[in-house]
Amino acid sequence: MAIYLLCLSFFSVGLYGILRKRNIIKIIIGVIIAEYAVNLFFILIAYRIEGRAPIYSPNAEITNMVDALPQAVVLTSIVIGLATTVILIALAMRIFEKYGTFDITKIRDLRG
Amino acid sequence: MTTAVNIIPIFVIVPLAGAFMISIGGRKLKWLADFLGVLSTAGLFIAALFALKLVNEYHILVYSVGAWKPPIGIAMVLDGLTAFMLVTVNLVALMIAIYSVKYMEHFTSKWKFFTLFLLMLGGMNGVIVTGDIFNLFVFLEIAAIASFALVAFGVERHELEAAFKYALMSTLGSLFVLMGIALLYGFTSTLNMADIAAVLAQKGSSNIILLVSVLFVMGFGLKSALVPFHAWLPDAHPSAPAPISAMLSGVLIKSLGIYTIFRIFGNVIGVTPAIASILMVLGCISMVVGGFLAIGQWDLKRLYAYSSISQMGYIILGFGIGTPLSILGSLFHLFNHSVFKSLLFLGAGAVEYATGTRDMKKLGGLMKKMPVTGMTSIIGTMSISGVPPFAGFWSKLIIILAAVEAGQLWPAVWAIVASVLTLAAFLKAMKCTFWGDVRVGLEKIIEVPFLMKFSLITLALITSVGGLLLIPGIQNVFLNQAVGVMTESADYLIAVLQHI
Amino acid sequence: MSSKERQTGMSVIVRTTARLTVGFILLYGIYILSHGHVSPGGGFAGGVIIALSFINLMLAYGKDTALSKLPKAVTSFFENLGALILLSIALLGFTGGYFFLNFIAKGEPFHLFSAGTIPLLNLAISLKVGAGIFAIFVAFVLLKYEPEKNKKE
Repeated sequence: MAIYLLCLSFFSVGLYGILRKRNIIKIIIGVIIAEYAVNLFFILIAYRIEGRAPIYSPNAEITNMVDALPQAVVLTSIVIGLATTVILIALAMRIFEKYGTFDITKIRDLRG
Repeated sequence: MTTAVNIIPIFVIVPLAGAFMISIGGRKLKWLADFLGVLSTAGLFIAALFALKLVNEYHILVYSVGAWKPPIGIAMVLDGLTAFMLVTVNLVALMIAIYSVKYMEHFTSKWKFFTLFLLMLGGMNGVIVTGDIFNLFVFLEIAAIASFALVAFGVERHELEAAFKYALMSTLGSLFVLMGIALLYGFTSTLNMADIAAVLAQKGSSNIILLVSVLFVMGFGLKSALVPFHAWLPDAHPSAPAPISAMLSGVLIKSLGIYTIFRIFGNVIGVTPAIASILMVLGCISMVVGGFLAIGQWDLKRLYAYSSISQMGYIILGFGIGTPLSILGSLFHLFNHSVFKSLLFLGAGAVEYATGTRDMKKLGGLMKKMPVTGMTSIIGTMSISGVPPFAGFWSKLIIILAAVEAGQLWPAVWAIVASVLTLAAFLKAMKCTFWGDVRVGLEKIIEVPFLMKFSLITLALITSVGGLLLIPGIQNVFLNQAVGVMTESADYLIAVLQHI
Repeated sequence: MSSKERQTGMSVIVRTTARLTVGFILLYGIYILSHGHVSPGGGFAGGVIIALSFINLMLAYGKDTALSKLPKAVTSFFENLGALILLSIALLGFTGGYFFLNFIAKGEPFHLFSAGTIPLLNLAISLKVGAGIFAIFVAFVLLKYEPEKNKKE
């Protein structure tokens, strides 16, 4: 149980970074941390006690394998995370080019 | 069961293939982007109409990708709600593709625009068609990431800032959704939506399901811009090029936010009274706050974007009430809003195309110079503010009647208030833009080219006669099939699991 | 001149090490990719490693050398080609009646030539991922900063 709570606090660290930091790069790092926390959580859910990695091999006897589906799913989710991170970084670079700063309190032409 | 079932993956294949082909050849061959863009969206619209016919014939069709039977493999499901959404999305996409051929000419690299546009369309179609909850997440992200790039397409200060804000909020929403999916998988050990519903029905309710519901309301609420989560929408939607504003406001928030809420709460998790009242409260707040904020805007597209928040409130309110009549109204309003909001955004794009500005303080008297844009925008205005006999009136009337019938008097009152607010906001927009005398400096503008007018006129015609969809014969074909999916969710489950 | 040095890349040690290892990294990527269906690995991991070999080249020798080996237009073409190959293999599944059907004979498990279409799909994915990651890196490197004067004040 404790490990799930640790994972959730990891997610909260990312959330804190997203909501509280003023530097765009730090915000992006917050997004990455939160993403990894969710991926880790998904992997942890699939764990069985004393389980082994879900690798099917010709001469090993397969006993007590952990659930393989979340591992495939998380791989996809990591790829999506890569794409999101890349587009966020590209936007951040362009923003720096236009505004000359990474501070979001100074990037406020638009008011929501 | 039949060979006709093979139509289902077409909705994902065609846009993706089109996108990559444009990306390969579009840099050299200038005509390829226009040609493939319009051709594939037209083909998709025809396929969507054919899918509607199939749904009326077979009621529900299940396709197993790679011949792996569900719940092991990925299932694609075509039922009433799917067909309804497919027709809506692809109709709007076709009109916007035709419009973009001319409009995007003053941007460089039109082929990049069409690549991203088709990727986004493929993502949306995938979200609608799939029957697997993680697959839904993947398609949702494809559509969302393509839309981030499209919002930033102009690469100017405002576009970039809006796109960054949008990307951040949307990613946060996706993370909540993914966490909800992880918890749901941990509880049910399956990712197939029908199978999840079956397991949940067997296991009974649990606190985990409550947590999952809250995560999904937060995640999909962020995607569909309900009011506490709306901050990104009024920045992102006006900043994009006009066809993309129309696409985002018209169909993207609906297929990524509203449709997923409908599908997951209606067919998978089930709507508990607590969730229903949360959705109703969110809907009411969205309607009124969106309406009030819209009145104060002086940027034409920003005003439209705020009114989108308000109209999303109606749809969620109708779903929250939960009677068949209110769901009918909600779905009908979804269709109508797709049509008239994309019409209005395209109209605003036409104004910007002709005059170079969308600040209402600098516009005025455009009716004399641009009669087609003016007339179609006014039709859109009357439809969105609920003036009979336009389509928007009927859907709002049904939602309000359903609220009264279900004993929810306050939501009905708020819906009427929001309707008045919408009327006020749009009368202001029309007065400042199209009526009155021609402003100094605007004497020389001319009407937009034919292809842009074609889209505007077609969408205006659809919203004018949209009320006809309520005539019993047509209603059975188009709307009632979708309502049936929501009200008899057990059918969905049985059909997908047995997979004839 | 520091600008001239930067064009030719990093120091001799780095360049020599890069020259010696880049081939092995590429080969390892191809191994991971081609054994994706019998052991851990596959198209994504293999593609990333293949891209890393080109990125190493670029870090050590500067952007011009790497881009002469693999120009930007070619990268973009390979990326789209990967996606189209994937889609057409999936479409060929319709010959057996289903989208994404594994229509080639499966062969024996744990042999290199087995598992039907999966090695081909791995190949397509590695093209897409490898070219994509290299393209992302190139785009980040080549983006020119032209800081605008702050017009706001």
